[in-house]
Amino acid sequence: MPERQRHGASIGQPLTRRDGHAKITGAARYSADFRPEGLAHAVMAVSAVARGRVTHLDVAAAEAHPGVIAVMTPENAPKLAKSPDLKDNPFAFRLDLLQNDGVRYANQPIAVVVAETLEAATEGAALLAPRYESEAVSVALGAGEVFSPETIGAGSATDEGSGDIAAGMAAAETRIEATYDTAAQYHNALEPHSSVAEWDGDRLTLHTPTQALWIAKGRLAGLFGIPPENIHVVCHYLGGGFGSKGFVTAPQILGIMAAKLIGRPVKLVTRREQMFGPVGHRAATRQTLKLGATRDGTLTALDHHTLTLTSQHDDFVEPSGILSRHLYAAGAIATTHAVSRADIGTPIFMRAPGEASGSVAVESALDELALELDLDPLEIRLRNYAEVEPISHRPFSSKALRECYAQGAERFGWASRPRQPRQMRDADGLLVGWGLGTATYPAGMMQGEARATLRADGTGLIETAAQDMGQGAWTVLAQIGADGLGLPIDRIELRIGDSNLPNGGLAGGSTGTATSGTAVDNAAKGAIAALAELAVNDRASPLYGAGNAGVTAADGRLARRDDPARSESFGEILARAGRTSVEAKGQGQGDPAAQKTYAMHAHGAVYAEVKVDPDLGQIRVTRLVGAFAAGRIINPHLVRSQYYGGMIWGVSLALHEHAVLDPRSGRVMNGNLAEYHIPVNADVPSMEAILVEEHDPHVNPLGIKGVGEIGITGTAGAIANAVWHATGVRVRDIPITLDRLLG
Amino acid sequence: MSFSITLTVNGAARSIVLEDARVTLLDLLRERLDLTGAKKGCDRGQCGACTVLIDGVRVNACLALAVSHDGASITTIEGLAEGDALHPVQAAFLEYDGFQCGFCTPGQILSAVGLIQEGQTGGDPERVREGMSGNLCRCGAYAGITQAVLAAHTAITGPDVLPGRQLAEDAA
Amino acid sequence: MKAFDYIRATSVAEAVEAAARPGAAYLAAGTNLVDLMKGGISRPDTLVDITRLPGLDRIERGADGATRIGALVRNAALAHDVSIARRYPALAEALLSGASGQLRNAATTAGNVLQRTRCQYFYDTASACNKRDPGAGCAALGGVTRSHAVLGWSEHCIATHPSDFCVPLAALDATVEIEGPGGARSVPLEAFHRLPGDTPERETILEPGDLVVAVTLPPEAEHFAGHSRYLKVRERTSYAFAVVSAAVGLRMDGDRIGEARIALGSVALKPWRAREAERLLAGAAPTPETFARAAEAALADARPSGDNAYKIELARRIVVRALTLAAAGTPERVPALPASPFAASPFAPLTPSAGAPAHA
Repeated sequence: MPERQRHGASIGQPLTRRDGHAKITGAARYSADFRPEGLAHAVMAVSAVARGRVTHLDVAAAEAHPGVIAVMTPENAPKLAKSPDLKDNPFAFRLDLLQNDGVRYANQPIAVVVAETLEAATEGAALLAPRYESEAVSVALGAGEVFSPETIGAGSATDEGSGDIAAGMAAAETRIEATYDTAAQYHNALEPHSSVAEWDGDRLTLHTPTQALWIAKGRLAGLFGIPPENIHVVCHYLGGGFGSKGFVTAPQILGIMAAKLIGRPVKLVTRREQMFGPVGHRAATRQTLKLGATRDGTLTALDHHTLTLTSQHDDFVEPSGILSRHLYAAGAIATTHAVSRADIGTPIFMRAPGEASGSVAVESALDELALELDLDPLEIRLRNYAEVEPISHRPFSSKALRECYAQGAERFGWASRPRQPRQMRDADGLLVGWGLGTATYPAGMMQGEARATLRADGTGLIETAAQDMGQGAWTVLAQIGADGLGLPIDRIELRIGDSNLPNGGLAGGSTGTATSGTAVDNAAKGAIAALAELAVNDRASPLYGAGNAGVTAADGRLARRDDPARSESFGEILARAGRTSVEAKGQGQGDPAAQKTYAMHAHGAVYAEVKVDPDLGQIRVTRLVGAFAAGRIINPHLVRSQYYGGMIWGVSLALHEHAVLDPRSGRVMNGNLAEYHIPVNADVPSMEAILVEEHDPHVNPLGIKGVGEIGITGTAGAIANAVWHATGVRVRDIPITLDRLLG
Repeated sequence: MSFSITLTVNGAARSIVLEDARVTLLDLLRERLDLTGAKKGCDRGQCGACTVLIDGVRVNACLALAVSHDGASITTIEGLAEGDALHPVQAAFLEYDGFQCGFCTPGQILSAVGLIQEGQTGGDPERVREGMSGNLCRCGAYAGITQAVLAAHTAITGPDVLPGRQLAEDAA
Repeated sequence: MKAFDYIRATSVAEAVEAAARPGAAYLAAGTNLVDLMKGGISRPDTLVDITRLPGLDRIERGADGATRIGALVRNAALAHDVSIARRYPALAEALLSGASGQLRNAATTAGNVLQRTRCQYFYDTASACNKRDPGAGCAALGGVTRSHAVLGWSEHCIATHPSDFCVPLAALDATVEIEGPGGARSVPLEAFHRLPGDTPERETILEPGDLVVAVTLPPEAEHFAGHSRYLKVRERTSYAFAVVSAAVGLRMDGDRIGEARIALGSVALKPWRAREAERLLAGAAPTPETFARAAEAALADARPSGDNAYKIELARRIVVRALTLAAAGTPERVPALPASPFAASPFAPLTPSAGAPAHA
């Protein structure tokens, strides 16, 4: 594919991953790969019941097991400086850290066994044989008292809309109402939550996977009552996060507490089955869509109501309705959320929180309406194309969604799609269906900081406590730094993944590259300005008198803008000034004025082909084409991988992931990777991602929108719609399972 | 009760005293031999992140008791490259971006080496996808993985194989 | 995992003696046993490692045309054995549809035959299970039961046997060779696994110390080579246990079915041989109507054990499809996606016009 959007010597180039060599040779060290001297191993015991309290642990049996050093229970667990239930900032989730004997959900940590070997710690934990006083549990959607939460997601309004829904519905010539269920999903990054903790007095060195080093540092400082600067968190490589490592979780902190208890370094690695509870999940939802439209398909009303679950003890609410505030124009829009409490671990952000679960419902509903109106799914989407953001009426900072629809349709061959379902078969008689979904995700920014240093040896150093969880920060931040410093990328040293570096914000919410990238760009420009300051004030420099605005940096040299022949290497400037380096800091954050004026979102269109066995119901996605517009693309090679990854998550949402809880016990019955299905290689036969050109002058100076989450949105709905198109059966229980298609 | 075993690990003979028969090959490598390339994703044979070669054959190290493999030759990701020269599978994973976070990557690469060695795919993308399905990738790098394995297959066995189906991305 | 004594047996006699003591278990690859030990489901005191026993890793063909598969033959080696794939293609297809490449490289013939149920309540040691703890009750009843048994279950246990390999073995009248404290004996595979009844903890007819040393296919098993399939419906394309599966073999007699073999997987606590359906097919023409009647007969005694009535209808359809595929002839090579409904040709071109159903 010809690579488009080449914006600089490094930016826009399809470079391979700079961290790739370390990852393909095994040299990349993830948190659990560290083994400080004197390391002991810790294993958690977790609760079998979902509500009640622990009445007995056979600590003696565990302690008697050869190699066991200590058993940490509420009796002896280090007391914390702050209650782990204190919500002193919006991102502080309540944590179960052995401060009492209560049980609030199944798989909650109830003890930690520390031993000389992993084998001994594991068996020690098994020997605890807990007894409980258990209470009746409630884990089903809507089983508890339903209420309207204060906020949803990360502090968004619970209900929002515009226009008069009742009037919109009354004015409609066609109406549909449908209810869609989406299942509880668990992040299941392949790297389990872990910590390798080492105390030195009141100083802590910690290897732990985190998407936000400084947030982790701050949280831990509060809990342990020590200054944040006493905590050194290192996370150069992160084995997937998807939101579950955005905020430090209980198992990670229990490892630190265990190290404190025994006065030795401790490694605690969560077992896979223990990841179904204490480290977050995407809550199940039940979404009711009421759509009204005129005969030509123009929406007169879009009413999107979400019912979801949260835990008994905390308040995260899956914001499934948010995307209906941004996506389709409609005469009137209502988005509302309600929630009930259940005896489950607290749900948290999971890749495209809200948008993922909301998108599959909205895209399905729109196709149900299109069927009533005998309209092509693409046509009804174009008919309701939002020229401005629907509720706020703000213009979009950029929106190339029309081009996404068109380029995707062309590539996919959408035009030959029969309107009616069950019209296509392949040569083997398998039913074939085609579906479409619109992708959308906000282009947000967090706050971050970076430092750029130009060194006399002609190299540049970029530093920020950002993380690479696979999205490519190791590469793209170097690309941005290289162009900002006017250096070839092989002369850029990048340092990330260490909390001693400037605050890099959060690798989440599709904001990482925009935020850290802006900070790096600003820092680099600051360093160049400082260098230029030296040169233009130096009579010996060919740049003398050029003024800051009058020089450009490229290939390790500063040159006069008006006369590029007059130039000088960075090293020469620094040497003459007697300096070994110049450095500058830069900030990355959104421009409040622009954010007030413009609606900022990435968009896309996903076309899916599925095949379904007409008798046996088994489904396979055979083709996915996604076309996405997300502003400036720093590295098309890696961005394509992000889109693919998101699209596979869409396959997973539509057809696979489904945590099954026994309603009697509240236990997750498929809490393992054999039966909690995520797609395998053979589930993903053919994919294509089209990078649609989009220039955005408002989101940030580099024009970057995030790409990490948008791929899920659109895809799941496209697949659900394709399954309908193949079979004529509309399944509203997501994931779609074969038993629904047996007829 | 302790057990003395010998293993050849990445070409080097190792005499190992196991203090405990419970030690899996994976935990032996990771916690005792400082070979942390093989990863523990599930510890139950359900993800493939721990894949290593035992006597040239790909297996899940998490379900193999070390004591039972006395005398075996083990290849881990750390022993795959010949000095600075990457194994063709490693090089292909880099070129085709067959990974994101990298956690499953050592297992994916060893699995691909084993798969090619098994000689059952004939360079057919569908057989490669099936053959690589024992290695979960939560980031969703499967498209790149398949391309990488196909490319490495050609590099190792020569182009004299069944013509692979052109992948969509190549044509894009 | 509980600490255990480890004994590496050097002869069958030594192994049998060591394993006859209480709390002992045989260890081969460990792909199932080590998993169960990690989950606390199995807690043996002694492991008797049989991987070094001589002679158990061979596939041998007898003068009478029987094939004897040693207990330690790895699943992958067996599936890729040219003679096995040619004579018993459904066996190869079933093996290759199971687990993953890595697991097939390790897992052994005997281990596969002896693999234990995937019932979530069996695996969840916090749940009551009559298999793990006789008399404790069956928490699966009234619980999450989508994958549970529809044939041969009792109110004491509704689990299923998860093996793919055992399904064609049952269809082909395989026998299991056992060495034990009382000497050697052979048992038909069909009689080897037990239905739960009121003793679900007794999963096979093995007695303490008994060692499975081989599985043998009788000479007539290869008569079905030309018309054999294994079909497995799954909830993902690969690396998944069967929802329901079927192994089918037809010996054609001109344009009629001379003899049929049908076994179903994941419907009961043992591979389920459908003998009544086989009788209906003997001498019949391979028509959709006949296949439908056979499918009805195969599931005649089925009843849901919970939220799994769909499996009964699915099993009927799988029988029809597997018979249809088998009648069409064994493919030349094991398909790229073994046993999958998408095996035939996943990238088959579209038929743009309103499709004439290609399936019977």
